[in-house]
Amino acid sequence: MDWFIAGFLVQDGLTAAAVYALIAFSMVLIFSVTRVIFIGIGEFLSFAALSMAALQSGNVPATVLLLIGLGFITFMALLWQAFIGKNTRIREQLLIDAIKLIVVPVVFYFVLSFYAPMRGNVLIDITLILLLMLPFGGMIYRIFYQPIAEASVLILLIFSVAIHFSLLGLGLLMFGPEGVRTLLITDVNINLLGIPVTGQAIFIVILTLVLIAALWLFFTRSLTGKALQATAVNSRGAHLVGIGSHEAGRLAFTLGIVLAALCGVMISPIATIAYDTGFLIALKGFVAAIIGGLYSFPVSALGAILVGIVEVFSAFWASTYKEIIVFTLIIPVLLWQSLNGKHHH
Amino acid sequence: MIKKICKWALASAVIALAINVHASDSVKVGVILSTTGPAASLGIPERNTISLLPTTLGDRKVEYIMLDDETDPGVAGRNARRLIEQEKVDVIIGSTAVPTSIAAAEVAAENQTVTISLAPYIPTENQHPWTFPLPQTVAVMSESLFADMAKQGIKRLAYIGFSDNWGQAWLADIDRHLIKHGLELVATERYARSDRSVAGQILRVLGSRPDAVLIGASGTPGVLPMSTLRERGFKGVIYQTHGMANQDVLRLAGSSAEGMILPTGAVLVAELLPENHPSKRQATEFVKSYESRHGEGSRNNFAAYAYDAYLLLNDAVKRIDGSIKPGTPAFRNALRDKIENTHELAVSHGVVSWGVNQRSAFDARGAVLITVKDGNWALVE
Repeated sequence: MDWFIAGFLVQDGLTAAAVYALIAFSMVLIFSVTRVIFIGIGEFLSFAALSMAALQSGNVPATVLLLIGLGFITFMALLWQAFIGKNTRIREQLLIDAIKLIVVPVVFYFVLSFYAPMRGNVLIDITLILLLMLPFGGMIYRIFYQPIAEASVLILLIFSVAIHFSLLGLGLLMFGPEGVRTLLITDVNINLLGIPVTGQAIFIVILTLVLIAALWLFFTRSLTGKALQATAVNSRGAHLVGIGSHEAGRLAFTLGIVLAALCGVMISPIATIAYDTGFLIALKGFVAAIIGGLYSFPVSALGAILVGIVEVFSAFWASTYKEIIVFTLIIPVLLWQSLNGKHHH
Repeated sequence: MIKKICKWALASAVIALAINVHASDSVKVGVILSTTGPAASLGIPERNTISLLPTTLGDRKVEYIMLDDETDPGVAGRNARRLIEQEKVDVIIGSTAVPTSIAAAEVAAENQTVTISLAPYIPTENQHPWTFPLPQTVAVMSESLFADMAKQGIKRLAYIGFSDNWGQAWLADIDRHLIKHGLELVATERYARSDRSVAGQILRVLGSRPDAVLIGASGTPGVLPMSTLRERGFKGVIYQTHGMANQDVLRLAGSSAEGMILPTGAVLVAELLPENHPSKRQATEFVKSYESRHGEGSRNNFAAYAYDAYLLLNDAVKRIDGSIKPGTPAFRNALRDKIENTHELAVSHGVVSWGVNQRSAFDARGAVLITVKDGNWALVE
């Protein structure tokens, strides 16, 4: 192994690490606020990438139909609660919810069918896709997790597995089995100490660093962020001081899914993304999140770097055992954490 | 009202009986396909073909009875039993996937009925006399690749393939050819279908300085190693497997696919075949009739297997003595013998010969080498 190979592997590993870090963040965020291990996060990464590819080939992404469907189901659930369950608070909000859940997705459909045929700028594509992915978190939380918010971590996990499989099947149905690549945001290639690095990779790493800073500011400086933090530390206590745990849950899911979608649109120009690719990325992000004990953002980021670097070097030395090596990382971490005896949920 | 219904029921029963009596002269072909479940994307084109087939087999009338096995070997076995015991079929075509085909073949062999499978595998001793798997094996497909390597004077071959049984099958096949073709396998790397990057493996491959790289993959996941190789400046030949011969691959790979070489069945490139190619006529005819029904560019290898199964049966039934009636053990035995004696029959995928000890249908003519030139498929000269 010479300097070139090592350097090239490290840059590839760091690019991967940036993605795993963002996925780990959304898992930690969702888990600490709602105690849900949301493995379906990977599907949203795939959906974002595949929607972006559909948009760039001039088609309306099928994701918007999923959004309309989910919005409709959520609204039906609300109607049920409002009239059968006689919940007056929901009844008062019904008109606003109808606009949010039914009208907005349909309007979005028309916006996309208007925009898709005239090829716009890559940055507009990304903005549209992120906007498209924005409402999913709230809907998923409302339909699936809000009714069982008090259930045990295991039951919530079983729900997540079920949602993961449903989304996987829907992904196959909506986008077909083949993978896609999207257009590069920047086609600059630079030479860093003799190692070729794509502009896209640098972009991903910088974006992750910016997002880490933004998340830190959000949690320490903004009221909403502090409310989330409070719910994560002590949900009941937060509730007592007037922070709605359901609102916090919806916000956590929304943020988590948007982060995953951002990963999807960032890596799809340099990696082939199929409907099932996201799951594997999510699992590796999960390993990073586990290293962070499912509560620490900085340790998860370090975990992501470890996973990314171990992954590329094991691919180089023993590609047959690559996945085994990466997922085996979790064992010493779990051992250490159980011996340390600090449980954070 | 009830009287009326009874009348209708009676009348239709009489008609059904009449048809049945009439049909005793016609050959009954049972078709088991995986039109739902994991192999559905293969089974559906096969079903599309069955609905296009002529209503005669040899000079006799033919009746197709089609069942879906849900890509479940248990269902495939039950379907085979039902076709044989209730429908009294003379022959079974199917199934689509290897496990379902084996299950159907097992039941059919037990009941002395021929199965023509649309999936490649090696029949067991019990199944052997009654089982005829049609598609090209990996060995048939790879033969042409290795011949091309010899022609191009390739000595150092590197391999990167899926970490599953497809990748393993190709690796095992390479091992068989190394000594015969004077090749040296300088690197063996694996990756998963859903991998995000293969940078590590490709650096390793390039470090072994190969003349050519064989990628044991299928579909769009096979594009990643190829594009990474080209990005890293690899100038040698890239060989792919027949799992890569589809439009999605071309769309995704873009310029990195230029010059890659892979084997495929003749139907994919029917128009490009030279006039003297043995499958030219059959392949063009099939493509024409299939695409006129299912749309431009809808052709695929699986649909053509179903068509070739028909051509084989047609040829065999033609050679059966006219006095032997379908629906009898004598007919089934005669059919088995005639199919086994099939010699140099041109079908859309190549040329089929079977024999007492031979169950691999195609020889090297069952594979056509293609490459990509200016973003389109082209034949390798």
